[in-house]
Parts: sequence; C-alpha cells; structure tokens
Amino acid sequence: MVDPANQRDGLFDVLVDGDRIARVGRDLQVQSDVTVVDLPAGLVVCPGLIDMHVHLREPGHEHKETVATGVAAAVAGGFTAVACMPNTNPVNDNAGVTEYILKKADEANLARVYPIGAVSRGQKGEELADIAELKQAGCVALSDDGHPVSTAMLMRRALEYAGMFNLLLIDHCEEQTLKADGVAHEGFHASTLGLRGIPGAAESIMALRDIVLAELTRGAVHIAHMSARQTLDAVRWGKSRGARVTCEVAPHHFVLTDEMLDAPVPYDTNVKMNPPLREAADRDAMLAGIADGSVDVIATDHAPHHDDEKHVEFDRAPFGITGLETAVSLCLDRLVHAGVIALPRLVELLSVNPARILNVPGGSLAEGAPADISILAPDLAVTVSAKTMRSKSKNTPFDGWTLRGGVAATIVGGRAVYVNESMGLGI
Amino acid sequence: MKKDLLSISDLTTDEIYRVLDTTEAMREIGRRPIKKVPALRGKTVVNLFYEPSTRTRTSFEIAEKRLSADTLGLAVASSSTTKGETLADTALNLEAMAPDMIVLRHASSGAGHLLSRICRSRIINAGDGTHEHPTQALLDAFTIREHKKRIDGLKVVIVGDLLHSRVLRSNVLLLTRLGAEVWVCGPATLVPTGIEQSGVRVSTSIAEAVAGADVIMMLRIQQERMQGAFFPSLREYFQTFGMTAARVALAKPDVIIMHPGPMNRGVEIASDVADGPFSVILEQVANGVAVRMAVLYLLGGGQEGD
Repeated sequence: MVDPANQRDGLFDVLVDGDRIARVGRDLQVQSDVTVVDLPAGLVVCPGLIDMHVHLREPGHEHKETVATGVAAAVAGGFTAVACMPNTNPVNDNAGVTEYILKKADEANLARVYPIGAVSRGQKGEELADIAELKQAGCVALSDDGHPVSTAMLMRRALEYAGMFNLLLIDHCEEQTLKADGVAHEGFHASTLGLRGIPGAAESIMALRDIVLAELTRGAVHIAHMSARQTLDAVRWGKSRGARVTCEVAPHHFVLTDEMLDAPVPYDTNVKMNPPLREAADRDAMLAGIADGSVDVIATDHAPHHDDEKHVEFDRAPFGITGLETAVSLCLDRLVHAGVIALPRLVELLSVNPARILNVPGGSLAEGAPADISILAPDLAVTVSAKTMRSKSKNTPFDGWTLRGGVAATIVGGRAVYVNESMGLGI
Repeated sequence: MKKDLLSISDLTTDEIYRVLDTTEAMREIGRRPIKKVPALRGKTVVNLFYEPSTRTRTSFEIAEKRLSADTLGLAVASSSTTKGETLADTALNLEAMAPDMIVLRHASSGAGHLLSRICRSRIINAGDGTHEHPTQALLDAFTIREHKKRIDGLKVVIVGDLLHSRVLRSNVLLLTRLGAEVWVCGPATLVPTGIEQSGVRVSTSIAEAVAGADVIMMLRIQQERMQGAFFPSLREYFQTFGMTAARVALAKPDVIIMHPGPMNRGVEIASDVADGPFSVILEQVANGVAVRMAVLYLLGGGQEGD
C-alpha cells in the first residue's frame, strides 16, 4: 500500500465496508462473512487516482466520446474520478448542462465525474457565467479550457468572484496573438516541416499574467497542461511569492518531444495537440519539476477525436490526443522505473494533490473515507493497443508502445468497476 | 529510389546526380522536331493541383506528354472538393482507379505524406504548403551546374520570405548536400526558427549576404505578409532587401540571378535585374520541363526496382 497522506508505504490490509474504508492496518483479523482478496506480491494499493483534466465531449460531440465511454476508459486507466471540461456543445455554463453530465455519470456508474463549469458565458470571454448556479449544480472548478480566459480584466473578475464560492480557476494559458494560427511548437522541426509555430512564450506570458492576478486578488489559479520550461519557472516564482498557484503536466509533455513531428510518422496528426509537444529541454524541465515538487498534478487532458477528423492534413486536424488509458503505464515506466520519482510521489501527483486542489473527497485511504482504490501493477508488461481501448476514439501516439506498468483493478465506492482480466486476481 | 518524391531528403546524393545527368538527355528531346519518347507509354499520371500554378503545372504536363504518359489534370475547383470531399477521400477514389503516379500541389504542408499513406501510386510533391518543392530545387541545381560546372564550394545566397518558402527548404537541403556554402537573408521576422541547424549562414544584411556570391536566388514576397506585421511595407522591403543592380555589383562578376517565379517586379527584384545580363530566370523555366521529365522517368519506370 502506498498512501502518503497517511504516511503508509508497505504491506497493509484494508477492510472495505459498503462504500467506505472501514479499517487499515497490518494483519487485520476479520469475521468469516468478509470476502478476503489476497493480492499477489508486487501490486500497489493506493487511494483512487483522479484525472482533473478530461474532455468527455457530451453533450454535443458524442461521436468522439460520451460520458459513459469516457468513464469506462477512466476506470480501465486506473482512475476512480475525473473532472470534465465545459467545452461541450452546449457549453457547460449553466445548471442544465451540469446536471445532464452528472446524470449520465450516474447512469454509467463507473468513475466519479466532477464537472468543471465555464468561466464565461458560452466560453466567449465576454461576460461571467452564472458561477453561483454552477457551484450549486455541482461544479468543482471553472475553466474556459480550449481557450484562455480572454482578458486580464475578465480573469481578475473571475478570480475575485469565484473566490467567494471557493471555486478554483483553471486556465488554458495561451497568448492568442502569439499562438495565432500555429499548429506545432515553434522550433527546428516545425521549421523544417513547414508547420506554423507556437512559441513557448505564448504559454508562459499568460501564466505570468494569471499568477500576477492571483497575487492581486488572493484567488487560486491552476495552470492547465503546462508544457514550456519558462511556464514552470513562472510557477516557481509565483509560489515563492506566496501566490495561490498550482500546475499540472500531461504525460505526453514529459515523455515526447517535437521530434515526433518528423518520425516515426511524418506529419502524424496523433502528435498534434495544444499546447504542442515541445523540445527536449522543455520535456526535461517537466521531469525536473515533477521530481522537485514544483509540479503539483499529472492530468491527461484526455481529448478524444474521431478518426475521420484526424485523418486529414496536419494543419486541418483538431488538436488533442486521448490519455486516460495510457497515463498510468507512462507514469510507471517513465517516472517510477526511470528513477525520476518514487511511488509515494506519484500517488501525490495523481491522487492526493488533485483531491486537495479540487477540494473533493479522495487522495487518502483513511478510515471513513470513500472506498475509492486504485490497484496498480508496476511490473506488468503492457503493450498499448488503441484498438482495444474503451474510449470511443483511438487518437493516441502511443499505439504499439511496450511499457512496464499497468492497472490491476479500480474500485469506486467499494465496487470493483474494472478488473484486468489478464491477471486472474479473483476480485 | 524511394516510392515517392516528397522531399529532397528522399533522394540519396547519387540519385540527385542521376536526376541532373538524366536531365541533360531529356533536354535534348525538347530540341528535336518530334518531342516525344515512349518511356512512360501506357502509364497514367494524374496532376492533382489544389493550388493555382502556371509554371509548375504546365511544366509537368509537357514533361508527361513528352514521355508519352497518359496525363490527366484534376481541376480541383470543379471537383468534389467543392462539395466538401476531403483529400483522404479523393485519394481513396483515385487509388481505386490506380494511376501510376500522382503529381500533387496542395496548400497544406505534409499533404503528400498523407496521400502517400493512402495511395500505392508514386507521389511527386509539386509543392506542399510551406514545406518543400523538390523539383524546383532540382531544376535550380541543374541551372546552377550549367553555368558554374559544379555546386560544391559555391556561395549561394537565398533572399526573401524564408519563413513561408517551400522553395527555400528544398534548396537548402539540396545545396548543402552538394557542398555549397549557403547563405539565407531576409527580415528577422521571416527567418525560420532553428534554420542555422540546417547548415546555412543567416544574415539580415543584404550587403553582407551578397558579397562575393556566385549565385543569388530571390524569393517572392507576398503582399499579405504586411498584415502579419512581418515588415512595414513593400516599399521598405525593396529598399532594404530588394535586388538592385547596385547590390548585384557586390557579388562576383559572373554571378547568376535566379527566381522561382512568379516575380513581383520592384518588390524583391528590380526589373532591370530580372531582365538583365546576369538573370537566368527564364532558363530555369525551360530547364523545369527537362528536370521533371527526368524525375518522372526515373520514378515512373525508367529505373524499375529500387
């Protein structure tokens, strides 16, 4: 068991009663009517993983993903909860859409779904959305993701107003005139391939704006999908001044670089996302930030797109790749086995911190806590197969990759909602 | 040879020389009374041009006909593209009719790569977005070799909108491969990030760039670039980077002036330079047919088996 919130890292038993954790300890004695599951050696039991940045696409884009297929992908990926972005159609800027999403999540009855509401009405960046209503309906944070919060003035107002409701502002940091019509990281590879570039500065400029405003308003801002090393430096600067800023990195930004634009598949649209894959120095900076604690969260930015939409010329393809079903394997292989971090830190990044930042239950296997448990298999040999993924969409650059580490089982509210059939666990 | 010619990097140095040498033979065909050989008889070549073109398209058509290929121009404006058919679907439909070769010009960088993943036909890139225009670079190299007898060791300067030029990218690859000392020059706003890593010298000073040059290659400047604040006006561009007789005088006495066309007279190049004694611009056009005949021949049947 790896449960850093309760300083546990070793062999422990956990007793689940109904939907709660009843007891955690060594060599627990239980009554005969209790089902005992003896997990094989080498597996890791930890508080349920929470992906605080996914696009479930429903309502409006059901050809890419639905809440049902999204949460199925989530639990297969080891996640007991996801927070979903509001850039649906219609936008989640009102109670109606929020309730619709929650209803679909209830019907699917797999992972927990925490809706993130829009900052601005229609995500148009003009007026604030009905934030109190969104909070009441069940939104845990606000974002105009897909776009940055359009102006400094609006971001300031949003920080002040949302602060009243203790709602986190999550910003997609992008200075739009610098990003312009760019499609790939502005660097040698994009230049060679004739692809319009997006400089890292487009992200870091906006992150700095948000950090300064967070300081001004004493509001809380979370930098979404960080990719550029300067942005990480900005976050460190902000934290050193006491600003309430947190940040997340997606696995593709600490694993891949813009070299992938050219090889193995030139102009592969499964390598096109926003923010884009950047150069090695940025990727390495993300790894360093993950190791030294400057990075708070790993979140996938799971962005499913239909094959038809991606099977076009690079500059016409939509931005985004899936992430729910590859995240854990990438983290175990490229962070833990690579010696960048140890398991307790991984659990912080994927569970403890997201729960704390979103102010939702989880991140801990304390007695009385919801029985949301992820069982990881750090030594499982995994071959990524887009074809067999539960997500409706197959847009991943990791298809065919062999990785060391995977998911054994996912338990939500005491129910095993995903069990890796290949492992014969008897859950 | 590789299946497709999408980039200069698809050719080995040997293959580049083979194209240039074959071009000589092809040029001779263009001087005969009957300008035709049966090399590609029975082969179907589709010219799929999504962007307007005078030189390249005509050049390819003439080249194909001289080799006796069955040539077909797909007029995109009147095709199903106007009904919203994607490139991928157009490709699948063409593939079903199995042409031997497709010559593609498209506004998107990498369009040829997408086509190549769908079609078994050999694809020749006639210009994809701002990525490459391999046959242009080959005809440029042929023209240079005609006048200078070699390419390695020459100082070749390419001036203009480097950022948006596919001709630049193909020429940089080709000329550095053949050992030229390549300089690129233009406003700082139009220098592609990281281009020094391609082995070229970068300068924003036209005087420094053209000093002692053997070859000066001008690139077209587009009016639209002013909207992106790349430079203030065409007038200022001409004053700072325009190829005038005075600037030509800074180069070697036997310098040649090149331009892929179409030219904006008075913007990137003064009329008297374009029409002057050092200009080889129209020779480039003439050589284009022969070079494309060589490429079609070598890719399409003149050299079966890689």
